[in-house]
Amino acid sequence: MLEVVIFYLSALIAIGGAVLMIAQRNPVASVLYLIVSLAAQAVLYIQLSALFVGALLIIVYAGAILVLFLFVIMLLNLRGEHFEGQDQKVGRITKYVLSGLFFIELVIIVRQLAIPARTDIVSAQTATDFGGVEPVAELLYTKYLFPFELTSVLLLVAVVGAVVMARREKSEKQGGV
Amino acid sequence: MIPIAHYLILGGLLFAIGAVGVIVSRNLIVMFMSIELMLNAANLAIIAFSRSLNLMDGHVFVFLIMAVAAAEAAVGLAIIIAIFRNRETINADKFNLLRR
Repeated sequence: MLEVVIFYLSALIAIGGAVLMIAQRNPVASVLYLIVSLAAQAVLYIQLSALFVGALLIIVYAGAILVLFLFVIMLLNLRGEHFEGQDQKVGRITKYVLSGLFFIELVIIVRQLAIPARTDIVSAQTATDFGGVEPVAELLYTKYLFPFELTSVLLLVAVVGAVVMARREKSEKQGGV
Repeated sequence: MIPIAHYLILGGLLFAIGAVGVIVSRNLIVMFMSIELMLNAANLAIIAFSRSLNLMDGHVFVFLIMAVAAAEAAVGLAIIIAIFRNRETINADKFNLLRR
């Protein structure tokens, strides 16, 4: 019973945070609402006994990526005139109707999905350390070692690309590399 | 126990909200955060399936998706900074150079 309450409460907070995120005018408030939504999603992860990934969601997403967003918003010192403009040609209602249809389509797909015999979340056969740091790390360093190493290359490329793109153009004129 | 379909529908709802954010918003940063939300919705579905099938491989996928999201955020925000330096705006409607 308690887990049902926790599920619906977290789901409500996750959805509410997401809706408030896209409804805000102020980007800083948007980021904070996204953090609320992610915290609720981390609760759901932990409920699904994904302890390691749930902790990672808080540490990496809320702690690093969204703080990066906050840094950029403060660096740009955004005011209203920077992101508010004239009305678009496509009406707002059209967009909401399209998005609602998209969600209905997703629900229909989930309904028709042939979920195999184990429809409910299993609990009995699950190992006690399912989703802990050690078993996930073991998979990561054995079965998925190559993708894991490729990830480090991807991050390196992203860091170099970000530095190159965010650099001021002046340094090139002054004879920089 | 909560059926897995509930988690999938929650993931679908979060994905739809993210899609609404990308379509409706004109602020580049909010659009970008909506994309992050869509990635997270997919992650939630993967975690639910992983628990249902009693396989931990899904956790590794989510880990890799988070790394990709971090890389994407770094590059995307750098692009936003570069665009802001050139055009003094982050309103997506103002970037219509190719349309004229």
